[in-house]
Amino acid sequence: MDAFAQGLLEILKGWGVSDAWLPDTVTTGLILKAIFAVVVVLAIMGCCLYTVLLERKTAAWAQGRVGPSITTMPLIAAIPLVGKVLTYCGFIQPLADGGKLFMRQEPLPEHVNKFYYCLAPCLALAPAIITMVMIPFTSYINPETGEETALMLCNMNPGFVFMFAISSLGVYGVVLGGWASNSKYPFLGSIRGSAQMISYELSLVLAILPVVLITAGTSDNPLSLFSIVQGQGGFWNIILAPLSAVIYFVALLAEMNRQPFDMPESETDTVGGFHTEYGTFKFGLFFTGEYLHMILGSILFVMFFLGGWHALPFMPTLGLDGVLGTLLGIVCLVVKVIFMLFVIIWIRWTVPRFRFDQVMRIGWKLLLPFAIANAVAYFVFFGIYETLLK
Amino acid sequence: MATQNIKVITRKPLRWWEKLYIPQVLAGMKITLGIMLRKPVTLKYPFERPVIPKGYRGVPTLVKDQNGREKCVSCQLCEFVCPPKAIRITPGEIDPESGNEHIEKAPAEFEINMLRCIYCGMCQEVCPEAAIVLQGEYSLNGYSRSGMINDKKKLYELGGTIPDPVRKWDKKKRA
Amino acid sequence: MSEDKTNLVTINIDGKDYQVAAKQNLIDAAHSLGIEIPHYCYHPKLPMAGSCRMCLVEIGMPMRDRATGEPVMDEATGKQKIGWMPKPAIACGTNVSPGLHVKLNSKMTVSSREGVTEFLLANHPLDCPICDQAGECTLQEFSSQYGKGASRYRDAKNVKPKHKSLGPQVMYDGERCIRCTRCVRFCRDIMGRPVLGVTQRGSHSEIDCYPGTQLDGNYTLNVVDVCPVGAMTSKDFRFKMRVWFLKKSKSICTESSVGVNTTVWSREGKIYRITPRENDAVNVVWMSDSGRMLYKTVTAETRLTGFRRGESEVTFDEAVDAALALMKDGVPAFVASGKMSVEEQFTLKSLANAVGGNVYLAKTLGENDKMLISEDRSPNRRGALVTGLVKDFDSSEISALAAKIDADEVKTVFVCGEDLKELGLTDEQLKKVEIVYLGTQANATSEEASVVLPGRTVFEKAGTFVNQEFRLQKFEVAVPGAKGTENDLIILSTLAARASSGVALDNSLGSVWEKLRAACPALAGIDYAKIPDAGTLLDASPWANIAFPETGSLKWSPKK
Repeated sequence: MDAFAQGLLEILKGWGVSDAWLPDTVTTGLILKAIFAVVVVLAIMGCCLYTVLLERKTAAWAQGRVGPSITTMPLIAAIPLVGKVLTYCGFIQPLADGGKLFMRQEPLPEHVNKFYYCLAPCLALAPAIITMVMIPFTSYINPETGEETALMLCNMNPGFVFMFAISSLGVYGVVLGGWASNSKYPFLGSIRGSAQMISYELSLVLAILPVVLITAGTSDNPLSLFSIVQGQGGFWNIILAPLSAVIYFVALLAEMNRQPFDMPESETDTVGGFHTEYGTFKFGLFFTGEYLHMILGSILFVMFFLGGWHALPFMPTLGLDGVLGTLLGIVCLVVKVIFMLFVIIWIRWTVPRFRFDQVMRIGWKLLLPFAIANAVAYFVFFGIYETLLK
Repeated sequence: MATQNIKVITRKPLRWWEKLYIPQVLAGMKITLGIMLRKPVTLKYPFERPVIPKGYRGVPTLVKDQNGREKCVSCQLCEFVCPPKAIRITPGEIDPESGNEHIEKAPAEFEINMLRCIYCGMCQEVCPEAAIVLQGEYSLNGYSRSGMINDKKKLYELGGTIPDPVRKWDKKKRA
Repeated sequence: MSEDKTNLVTINIDGKDYQVAAKQNLIDAAHSLGIEIPHYCYHPKLPMAGSCRMCLVEIGMPMRDRATGEPVMDEATGKQKIGWMPKPAIACGTNVSPGLHVKLNSKMTVSSREGVTEFLLANHPLDCPICDQAGECTLQEFSSQYGKGASRYRDAKNVKPKHKSLGPQVMYDGERCIRCTRCVRFCRDIMGRPVLGVTQRGSHSEIDCYPGTQLDGNYTLNVVDVCPVGAMTSKDFRFKMRVWFLKKSKSICTESSVGVNTTVWSREGKIYRITPRENDAVNVVWMSDSGRMLYKTVTAETRLTGFRRGESEVTFDEAVDAALALMKDGVPAFVASGKMSVEEQFTLKSLANAVGGNVYLAKTLGENDKMLISEDRSPNRRGALVTGLVKDFDSSEISALAAKIDADEVKTVFVCGEDLKELGLTDEQLKKVEIVYLGTQANATSEEASVVLPGRTVFEKAGTFVNQEFRLQKFEVAVPGAKGTENDLIILSTLAARASSGVALDNSLGSVWEKLRAACPALAGIDYAKIPDAGTLLDASPWANIAFPETGSLKWSPKK
């Protein structure tokens, strides 16, 4: 981040801004981090809203409908042409949806455990936001030294391990919400949810091991997300470890409670699942948490397997460096994440829900053995490669 | 049951790749993608209206003939036949100066309670003067119960003009 | 009809033998057997005309040899041979005779009816949607039952006056008319004013009044009743309501002590018309025009629609208590009315007994028209005698009440539906006393009344009347009571029950009748539910010495 700040200062100086107006490098770094933190949280929350829009639009397309296309705002409607296009795309719809959740009367059922009932939505949302801290959104390459630094709030060494640890806490929101609701459907939903998340967590992590092994070949710190993305300057991991990608993706769907694994809230058999008793803003928090998990999952998948912010295999920056390269990296990441989100939503509107016994069978009897076999295969391969071939 | 010719078909066992679900999921995604690329089949309803086919049984209305004469002679057969008793007619006499005095009778008030109406079309079927017609209007709403009762004025507004091919009353006037 | 076994003849209709009373025509005889012979011009209560030809039937008589007079036997069946007439005959002009054979479904009868119907319909307009007779039109019914169903007539129909006013009450439609002349015969033979006749010729003929006359009088609406089609229409009922919506209730006309039997036609609590009901002993099938208009009192502007004490609206209980307080404070007198039903008069009697006080009976007299309106213009003055409300008419004259008011012997007057001012009391006399008024219409007395108890009209309650010949006739509830009113019987019995702990509350006719049977010798053994539609004649001998004002009407005259 400091390096990025320095680069930015130099660009500003190059534009003729005098030194007196500019702070020193460290201060700039701190200011940038603060701005970055606020921007990240706001952007991610905004992304949540627009992911909902993407969900609604994709659902509409998959069903031959138009989807939200009427909601508008006076100012936006007044813009010629663009206003119409934005309206047709449902640009304002998420704001209306969010506003509706805010403005509704806030019910608090009589029979619930009030404290945990209110705590559960926060628990569902908080881990997802915390993990955002550790995501490198792109890198900055110093044009002069060629040194790469990550554009992230906190580049921890254990990296994604910490991230998995935190994001797994999201299940507590589900469990607590279902239990505190003191009602049978939420209870059933939360039990299913916790069982499912625990089952798929194993495969999820096992599927990453080959990626770590691959990264270990190029980096000293293979557990850091930044190193993993850096390692994909050539081949992307999806090419090097395709089975891992598939296993990871399936487990990811289950972790995110997305169709076909949305056991905790399957409307048809448990009404609304764990959030049956929730409404308005508290429901909104669950809802946002769910979509945050989805965005986070997509980002991680992109980081692990799709080359992160790299534009193309073997052409990570398309020859751009410095601040321009950084911006290109962000654009690439955003495009890839949107694609992943689309794929996830696309699957939801294609595949029906699994039965709970099927979920368990797939998790334990199919996914886990494959994940173990896959990991062992790479161990063996790298063992042979390291000891014999080198 | 035993005599029925039942043929038991055993389900074909799944192949190993079918058990992975993934090929099936991909095939399904191909189908949904195809639908996504198609044009939407829905109408943007309040802005776009469907084409109402001829003979559609929408809101019952009263119609006038090509001379602007109200066709209804308040015979009250529709009131009699109406299964949910939605129609209420107050008969009246035509003003002798109106030029239609040879018809003698016309409704003084004609009310159809659209909260009761079931759009069965029996009123139209029974009408000897072809004066009450279920037309294309299908969307109606109101803020109160009384607002859902269509009075004579509203019924003629909705109905408009349907020419009378027989011109029975014109012939009668000439005679 | 044919209870008299000595006068029975045997006729054969469609191969089946029936015993019917002699001296009647074939239509009536078939009617008494429940067999319908279609007809238009014939009306059982009018002279025969034989002009419509609808009742043509194939008839025959047992054959006899012309020379010897011996019966001609049919060898195949062993019975007497039937000599069928070569042409059909009209049933209305054929009296039943022993051995008469009739074919109602033979080819000749059926084709005769079809032919007649086709001729009648040739010039009949397709007016059913706007015709008031639709639904009770015999032409409609017989055309669908006996007509061909299609017309071969290609010419333009005759054009005639469509709405000609024949008189103050009746409109005439020449095109619908089938020239049956029932109306002409009614005017000539029943009403006694031959104003109607047939003008023009052939298919152009129509009914009209003789020059310088019009169809006036008080019985003109009967021509609307007798008209088999919609040619004669009542100006009052014209275009008001289709008859198939109307509910029929049996009632009694309150116009006079004749007690004309009526049918009240109402829909959803609103009365649309009153027509006569057949009772051969009272009104046959006729009724006065003025009696038909009495339904308008139900919604009259003068109708009382709320319990009042002084100027303020009060509840039923408050009004009853206020009335009782007035009666108990001052010396009460009761003005009964011949417009009250027998049951109400009886309950008034228990009230008078409980509170104490004399009962006076209002007397409203008018002219006798020798038809169906008698001198006594109240339907039930004899009921006051039957129930024992008054002993005789002379001692209960209103003039006696006036004298008592002048002498300050009466403080409170309980008036039942009568106007004391019209009965001869002066304004000063009215102001001197407190008045409790029970009635349906506002008048000078109700204006002065301290307590007003709004009652119900005869159409809104059930009960019985005793007419001029001591015939007990009952009437039914035709429409529910107007808002703010209460059944007179309930008001009176509540008053009586609260006045004295010894009197039980009667709020149903059944409980009143149990007491009536016990208390009134003339009514002993009569069950209200079993009073026939034609009424029951009571034993009038206890009151034989009383001078009644009536001098006789259409079917009744006082015994001398």
